[in-house]
Amino acid sequence: MSETITPGATLEPVASQDGGTTRKMTLNMGPQHPSTHGVLRVLLELDGETVVKAQPEIGYLHTGIEKQCETKTYQQAITLTDRVDYLANLSNNLCYCLAVEKLLGIEAPPRAVWTRVLLTELTRINSHLVWLGTHALDLGAMSMFFYATRDREEVLKIFEMFSGQRLMTSYFRIGGLALDHPRGGLAAVKKFLEFFPPKIDEYETLLDNNPIWKNRTIGVGVMPVEQMLAMGLTGPMIRAAGIPWDARKDEPYSGYQNFEFDVPTRTENDVYARYRVRMEEMRQSVRIMTQALEGMPEGAYQADAPKVVLPQREKMKTQMEALIYHFKIVTEGVHVPPGEVYQVIESPRGELGYYIVSDGTSKPFRVHMRTPSFGNIQGLGPMCEGGLIADTIAAMGSMDFVLGDTDR
Amino acid sequence: MNFFLISLIKMGIVTAAFMTTLAYLQWIERKVLAHIQSRLGPYRVGPHGLLQPLADTLKLLMKEGFIPSHVNKFFYLLAPFLAVFFALISICVIPFGPSVEVLGVRTDMGLADLSIGVLFILAISSAGVYGIALAGWASNNKYSLMGGLRSSAQMISYELPMAIALASPLLILNDLSLRTIVNEQAGFYLGVLPRWTIFQMPFPQIFSFVIFLISGFAETNRVPFDLPEAENELVAGFHTEYSSMGFASFFMAEYANMVTVCCMATVLFLGGWHPLFPSTLGSDFVPVLLALAAGAMLLYHGVAQPISGRPWDRLTMPAAGVVFSLVGLVFLVPMLKPFLIPLFWFVSKAGFLMFTFIWVRGTLPRFRYDQLMNFTWKFLFPVAILNLLITAFAVALQEPKS
Repeated sequence: MSETITPGATLEPVASQDGGTTRKMTLNMGPQHPSTHGVLRVLLELDGETVVKAQPEIGYLHTGIEKQCETKTYQQAITLTDRVDYLANLSNNLCYCLAVEKLLGIEAPPRAVWTRVLLTELTRINSHLVWLGTHALDLGAMSMFFYATRDREEVLKIFEMFSGQRLMTSYFRIGGLALDHPRGGLAAVKKFLEFFPPKIDEYETLLDNNPIWKNRTIGVGVMPVEQMLAMGLTGPMIRAAGIPWDARKDEPYSGYQNFEFDVPTRTENDVYARYRVRMEEMRQSVRIMTQALEGMPEGAYQADAPKVVLPQREKMKTQMEALIYHFKIVTEGVHVPPGEVYQVIESPRGELGYYIVSDGTSKPFRVHMRTPSFGNIQGLGPMCEGGLIADTIAAMGSMDFVLGDTDR
Repeated sequence: MNFFLISLIKMGIVTAAFMTTLAYLQWIERKVLAHIQSRLGPYRVGPHGLLQPLADTLKLLMKEGFIPSHVNKFFYLLAPFLAVFFALISICVIPFGPSVEVLGVRTDMGLADLSIGVLFILAISSAGVYGIALAGWASNNKYSLMGGLRSSAQMISYELPMAIALASPLLILNDLSLRTIVNEQAGFYLGVLPRWTIFQMPFPQIFSFVIFLISGFAETNRVPFDLPEAENELVAGFHTEYSSMGFASFFMAEYANMVTVCCMATVLFLGGWHPLFPSTLGSDFVPVLLALAAGAMLLYHGVAQPISGRPWDRLTMPAAGVVFSLVGLVFLVPMLKPFLIPLFWFVSKAGFLMFTFIWVRGTLPRFRYDQLMNFTWKFLFPVAILNLLITAFAVALQEPKS
């Protein structure tokens, strides 16, 4: 993108082939538009239906979450991380907790770690289902959206069982989990794992056997791989371009090294390849979850770190020390030793990083989020230029951005 | 005098029936789509949302008809009129049934029997594009403009294969009057296979039927050819700037076009009101049996084995069962039989086609603009011409009719 597009500017008329003059048209797509998935504004310069230039304008959903984190204690800030990417809430919880745990030098007990893996993979399925539904809806396959949301409902029910919330879970806490597994929680997950894999095949039957779907996606939204890397695109976007980068494999965190799974890649680098990669990722998530469910350890769900983790209610009532810790944690918050940390995880959308600076108080000095949507949205221009308006929609859908994640 | 009176009565009946069909077609579409997508659809207004169309109409009527300041007012207001006028007018040449005698008066079922009925419908449906194109242009909105342009290009392109697909059955039937066309399709081969155009010798018109249907999807701007109003690309396309009855007119025009296309396909290819199998084999009892079966099922689930826990279903389901059974018995009344049975066959054929329209909408994604054009010019058009050629040869080689 060399120059920016000025909305409303009168463009110079250009001589056309048949002797007359033509003028390009600027189109303001968004911030309110059915296909921009929130409040993204895309400025398009059009030559007929062909997109000459595309320029994403972000910032319409800026919530100041990064700044707000500085006013909250470390424990309180977890609830804000849910709201960054509201489709991958637990991934954000996990990344933040891992970062703070790294600063504190504590580790969650095995049961908490395995539960975290289990639920984060469930989050991936949740997010991919929403992506699949909305992406198909954008291309006109209306029913897909309802099938995806119907099955996502089961995921949300499991989230509600574990955390009491469907969307803003805040289930992971520094040093472990908020609560132990609810009664019947693991059974519900097991039931879901039996119910879900046939559904993936069903979605694929509906879309893959459809020539219109293939026409709309194959060869659309291609951009050079080097440019993708330079612009910071991650996740399924680059895996569909043949780069097997996945933080779960390459920088294992939260015990992912114990699990056996593949990183699906494709080489076509088009919308269809991204669709295939995400479908395959859902299958891999099921695989990881099955392993996590089978090997779920017994034991404590919170770390043995009295200065960080709230004591059990019973201990607080009977032991002096526990009462003191409880008082300190509730009134002051957790004091984190000075330092800075950067933690990366693989969120459903790509590489999610939390950079936290601590000045030794109970509130973070700075929290910066390296969010995958922000990186992925950079590719919108090169991906859409030269295509038709309909291809812009397909390419935007394949990016799977969440505007809350982009603007923070 | 007599002619005027009869025509007036027929006009009243057809208008009322057509308008109700349009309103309830929308309800049926929402219900069918909902069940395809594992939802319930309209459920609140009346039992099973049956009064939803009424509520929608009332709501749209009472909304403010807002005219944006930047539009070309004359054409902006003219466009919905044109759209709805051209959509509604074509119903007047469609024959719904044979000549019947009511209270001693012999009359055709249908408003008019033009000797050039097919040409009339083609002309009218081509004119329908003006409403959309003008709406897109007059709205002075970029999305509308693109919707209007897409629509004009699409409708003009798909008119060609449609007209050519229509030409082939006309070669066989050798008439342009829709009533004669239907009458030509009466009778059965070997006593079972109906002589509908899609089965009729010398060359069964199954291909032109499919081409006609596909072009029909494009002509009515339905999925997968709904590019002019592709919500996810052009917001609402050509009717983005319309509110209240302006919007409702476009909506109505779309459904009216759908009904017309389905009626046309029924008349030209599916033998109009002629039954699927001869009445000697009992085709007259099909509606009776269908209605009785539906009634029995409703009664069974309403009384003997309730499938829902809602208290009023205990009342409404048996009531509906009784109504269905009575409707079934009405088909047995000798006085009503001559026009109810043909009407049943006509409506069920057209209804099945309409269901196909909705079914496709629940299944297929949307084409891209260039793919749409490629599809019509590089595939549909050549196939239609090939079909026409083969039909022409077959007709020419056939023994000349006396």
